Amino acid sequence: MTALSRRGLLTGTGALIVSAPMRGHAQTPPAVPLDTKDLPGSLKQTPYLDAWIRIDTDGTITVFTGKAELGQGIKTALLQVAAEELSVRVDRPILVTADTARTPNEGYTAGSHSMQDSGTAIRFAAAEVRQILLNEATTIFQLPVGQLRLDNGAVVAPDGRRLNYGALIPPGILHVVARPGTQLKTPGSYTVVSTNVPRVDIPAKVTGGQAYVQDMRLPGMLHARVVRPPHPGARLTALDTSAAAVMPGVVQVVQNGSFVAVVAQKEFQAIRAMRALAARAQWQAAEQALPKQGDVFAYLTGLPAQDITVLDSRHPQAGTAKTLRARYTRAYQMHGSIGPSCAVAQLQDGVMTVWTHTQGVYPDRAAIAELLNLPPAQVRCIHVEGSGCYGHNGADDAAADAALIARAVPGQPIRLQWMREQENGWEPLGPAMVSEVAAALDAKGRIVDWDYAVWSNTHSTRPGSAGSLLAGQLVAKPFAPPPPKPIPMPEGGGDRNSIPIYTLPSARVIYHFIPQMPLRVSAMRGLGGYMNVFSIESFMDELALAAGADPVAFRLTHLNDERAKAVVTRAAEGFGWGHAKPPAGHGHGFAFARYKNLAAYCAVAAEVSVKQETGQARLVRAVAAVDAGQIVNPDGLRNQVEGAILQSASWTLYESATFDAAGVTSLDWASYPIMRFNAVPDSVEVHLIDRPGTPFLGAGECGQGPAAAAVANAVADATGKRLRDLPLTGDKVKAAIGV
Amino acid sequence: MILNVNGQQRNVDVDPDTPLLYVLRGELGLNGAKYGCGLGQCGACTVLVDNRAVFSCVTPVVALQGRRIVTVEGLGSTDNPGPLQHAFIEEQAAQCGYCTAGMIVRAEGLLRRNNEPTDAEIRAAMQPNLCRCGTQVRILRAVRRAAVVIRTQAEAQG
Amino acid sequence: MRYVVLALAALIVAGAGGFVWLGWYPAIAPVPPPARTSFPPAAVARGAELAALGTCMSCHTAPGGAPFAGGRALQTPFGTIYASNITPDPATGIGTWSEAAFRRALHEGVDRRGGQLYPAFPYDHFTKVSAADDADLYAYLMTRQPVRASAPPNDLSFPFDYRFLITGWKVLFFRTAAFRPDPAQSAQWNRGAYLVQGLAHCGACHTPRNLLGAEKSGEAFDGGEAQDWYAYALGKTSPAPIAWTADGLYAYLRQGWQAEHGDALGPMREVTDDLAGASDADLRAIATYIATGFGKQGPPGPQVATQAGPGEALYRGACATCHEDSRGPPFAGLDLARSSALRAPDPANLANIITDGIPATGETREPIMPGFGAVLTSRQTEDLIAYLRTRFGAPHPRDGIADAVQSARTNTAQLEAAR
Repeated sequence: MTALSRRGLLTGTGALIVSAPMRGHAQTPPAVPLDTKDLPGSLKQTPYLDAWIRIDTDGTITVFTGKAELGQGIKTALLQVAAEELSVRVDRPILVTADTARTPNEGYTAGSHSMQDSGTAIRFAAAEVRQILLNEATTIFQLPVGQLRLDNGAVVAPDGRRLNYGALIPPGILHVVARPGTQLKTPGSYTVVSTNVPRVDIPAKVTGGQAYVQDMRLPGMLHARVVRPPHPGARLTALDTSAAAVMPGVVQVVQNGSFVAVVAQKEFQAIRAMRALAARAQWQAAEQALPKQGDVFAYLTGLPAQDITVLDSRHPQAGTAKTLRARYTRAYQMHGSIGPSCAVAQLQDGVMTVWTHTQGVYPDRAAIAELLNLPPAQVRCIHVEGSGCYGHNGADDAAADAALIARAVPGQPIRLQWMREQENGWEPLGPAMVSEVAAALDAKGRIVDWDYAVWSNTHSTRPGSAGSLLAGQLVAKPFAPPPPKPIPMPEGGGDRNSIPIYTLPSARVIYHFIPQMPLRVSAMRGLGGYMNVFSIESFMDELALAAGADPVAFRLTHLNDERAKAVVTRAAEGFGWGHAKPPAGHGHGFAFARYKNLAAYCAVAAEVSVKQETGQARLVRAVAAVDAGQIVNPDGLRNQVEGAILQSASWTLYESATFDAAGVTSLDWASYPIMRFNAVPDSVEVHLIDRPGTPFLGAGECGQGPAAAAVANAVADATGKRLRDLPLTGDKVKAAIGV
Repeated sequence: MILNVNGQQRNVDVDPDTPLLYVLRGELGLNGAKYGCGLGQCGACTVLVDNRAVFSCVTPVVALQGRRIVTVEGLGSTDNPGPLQHAFIEEQAAQCGYCTAGMIVRAEGLLRRNNEPTDAEIRAAMQPNLCRCGTQVRILRAVRRAAVVIRTQAEAQG
Repeated sequence: MRYVVLALAALIVAGAGGFVWLGWYPAIAPVPPPARTSFPPAAVARGAELAALGTCMSCHTAPGGAPFAGGRALQTPFGTIYASNITPDPATGIGTWSEAAFRRALHEGVDRRGGQLYPAFPYDHFTKVSAADDADLYAYLMTRQPVRASAPPNDLSFPFDYRFLITGWKVLFFRTAAFRPDPAQSAQWNRGAYLVQGLAHCGACHTPRNLLGAEKSGEAFDGGEAQDWYAYALGKTSPAPIAWTADGLYAYLRQGWQAEHGDALGPMREVTDDLAGASDADLRAIATYIATGFGKQGPPGPQVATQAGPGEALYRGACATCHEDSRGPPFAGLDLARSSALRAPDPANLANIITDGIPATGETREPIMPGFGAVLTSRQTEDLIAYLRTRFGAPHPRDGIADAVQSARTNTAQLEAAR
């Protein structure tokens, strides 16, 4: 990857894009309202072909996506999809990712939607572009399309005449609305899709190339740090800037209400100045004290809640042999991005450009525009990779911080980097949740009634609006945080995956949506799905035990979805389920879910060891099976699911944010331990069930819930004790097993 | 002051108590060593000093006169990757990749000392480095793969 | 003259005979390993607490090894001793030991077969453990997972590899004894005294030892040594700048850290890890008893104005980030003005901490500190220590630094070579 120069980023290469200005192109509304409801994927919202594919006269092919590379391999996968349908080699197209000036608005790169929405749009757009190219070529060559061959960006006639794509395209020809029903290539003819194309971003990452927003270096760039309040809700009452202002390299101290920042020539100078400023800031404490950590679940369930009926097909039956109930809890957990959030911003000629690793450049742009009181057209957000975010972390806020600082130092690029303690202390957490479930079994051991309730705060406080930004809450004229809203099903927030996929003759699911948030929370990989699948799949094991049934057989009995059954069976077989008893001190566990009941299917079988003396559990090995529809990059998919299993095991065995009356106290890795190499499993296998020709199913989050429950079920198998309170730490297990 | 970085003598003008991380990134334009915590807890900043892996975020440059500093950039390039870099690419041992440079340098420190490490030795050596994406199984595979290559090369050279 | 020689010879023979007679113990017959169910759960639970207090796990578990299966190396001035396997394995552990044999080992320092045990096993303390506690400890240990593992043979220098010489050591330094409470003190104090003098064996590290490795009588808790770490004096000569109170000691033992004194490190960290299994009441009792030794401490020495120099720049670049963080223990660095290590008579702990840090163990919330052994040369480490000890008012701040640094770096190198 060549150095990210400002010129290159803003102007791009010479190209024919007609009938639309460069900036805000993707936002140009059509003159006549279009009926796009039959268009696949994000073509519904962005129907013009040239919003997605651009072919220059020199043959350069550019593909645009509104999605962002988060480390999930989306850049590579989308290039594969585009290259396949355009019949070019995968290294031929240039991919432009989320940029409010250049790409479609695809909202957030979240919810495992990237392949389903963007991949689908690009697929169909590219296929239609190929048709257009071939049609043009038939006219020029005066030959039927069947005689023409595509060769890496050229159309070739049998007699050897050759026309490059660039020469084929008359101006404006791609500025058309996509047509539904475009024919895609058949899986049997794939040369790029469904192959293990190596990730295009990895070479730079292993050799120290410029790969992240943290690596950006622009001419005249200055370094900034923010001084955050000691805890949320505290307001600045006095700030003595005299010492910091004269420290070496300091360019400016920025203060706006309770928003405090310092700008310096060199990075360490900014850090020193930040510490000097922090030592001379006085704050008035927030009014509200947080509940005690041990009381948090009682506190949450005691708050006012909106009761949302997610499912009500309750027909209680006669013939109930056994009823069981259980209550599960999940602590606040942290995204814990390895690289604390960072952004680069520059105010130039009235335009604020922000380079940011936000998952949503358009919504963050809207919020920053509101914050700065600028028209959105004068704010540009360009996605540049950060470290893995796993949801809504500090990225959006860092972008706003950088913009606010850049406004105070116009003309010069400002690189704003959060400290580790700031990322841990201020990132929105995965919400604490409670679930309660009761179910009845008949004499044959089948579930005949199911009653599930889940309590949670919102799982999205993403900007959108300036009030969602920390900077927006801190400035002198603060913006009010918007009232939290539940995310409607079928996606769901706290109720994501709360509807079991099993066939249940009588079932009810209630979501108690709690608007009031003691701690700042938002979307974290899987959202409510992690906890709901943990609860449902733990409880399925408890029911299987009561029914005297094998956990895998019990699940198969209650599944009607053939793809679900295939995934369950494959994982069990791959693991050797039921073949041998685990060794002493070990246990086996199984779990399955279909993410959101509409995305990828994932089953996980796990072996766990538990140390008798400390209660410490460790994931020894895991075998998973995944059905993600048409697979684009098998190894990329495996990588994501392996990662999900390890990450979820870490959440499940170790992780809970700590807080005192004032705020979060787990400010570093010592106070918030995550999985290290000593606990990494011996092996993780992911079996893929390819479904060629079927729609893409989002798989980025499909492993979190099943891995959690598989681990919990394995711990129960190893110890004979059922633990229901996430995380399943050593001291909790020890308390359950005694001496 | 003069620092020896990746075999080159580099002149930097910084306060002596500046941690090496900011000198590498800010003065020398190197990207491999990264800020992850600044506390010596995560290893994203890992570099070699005299063949030993250290946290550059808590290493003041004043301690490094006359020492040999190696960053991931000193282990190879995209055109000519070193054995570990090559192994990480072969195994696709990265998701977001932010921890990767630190992992490679930490592993390099191990393999320079011991090119036949057991699995337990690899895990113990890599313990100071965190990966949040859950790529550790692939990282272990990549280190094992590179160890074989390095050992074979060493044996070939006699 | 002939009679003198004969009399001398008779004396020597009699002495040797007496020696042998003193050192001879009968073997106690092996028993079949008792069934786990033969022990009441309450006894096992109580035994777990007692084993925590006795920190049995730390000494009797090798790094990465099975709990209580022995094999851990203990460095002594006389060579290396390897802790024995005390799991109920019949072949390599104590599975065939009766309760009487177990009790005799604790009280008299003799194994089942009648052989002498090295006083590295602190029976000079365990002799005071009550019979009831012996029984509960036995119940706990006999219900652990049996592990077949033999410890490596001891590596002791001549003549200490001859076990029978322990008889002489015992004659000089050891008497079996029961705990004697002090009627003038509270029940809690006496409970603490019983635990400290007995099971918890604090003096085994915190009391200085003589040339033959016995605790110096009359110098209880005046500071000792454990595995190349200095165990601070627990009393008036404590180097802690802020006086220890009973509450502070309890918090330290319970948590493994205390706000005004920092984190437990080195062997003491293993102790506080073990103490996680001890009851609050017992830890409070220990704290009460130990606190009386501190009484009123003198004020800490004044801080010396910071001197420019190589040590100072190293401090500002390597240490200040964490050690001037307002968060403080357990997770951020201790304000060094409160550090005992900086003011101790022996700079060993400081050298160890700076060289190795506190490695990240993962899985649980524990402090982490980067080690600087690879970053700093010996000379730089010495400069840094000299700066710190001078600045923070240590007695004889520059004494012993080179040796402490060399020892710390040698230990690290050995650890790395062993990996």
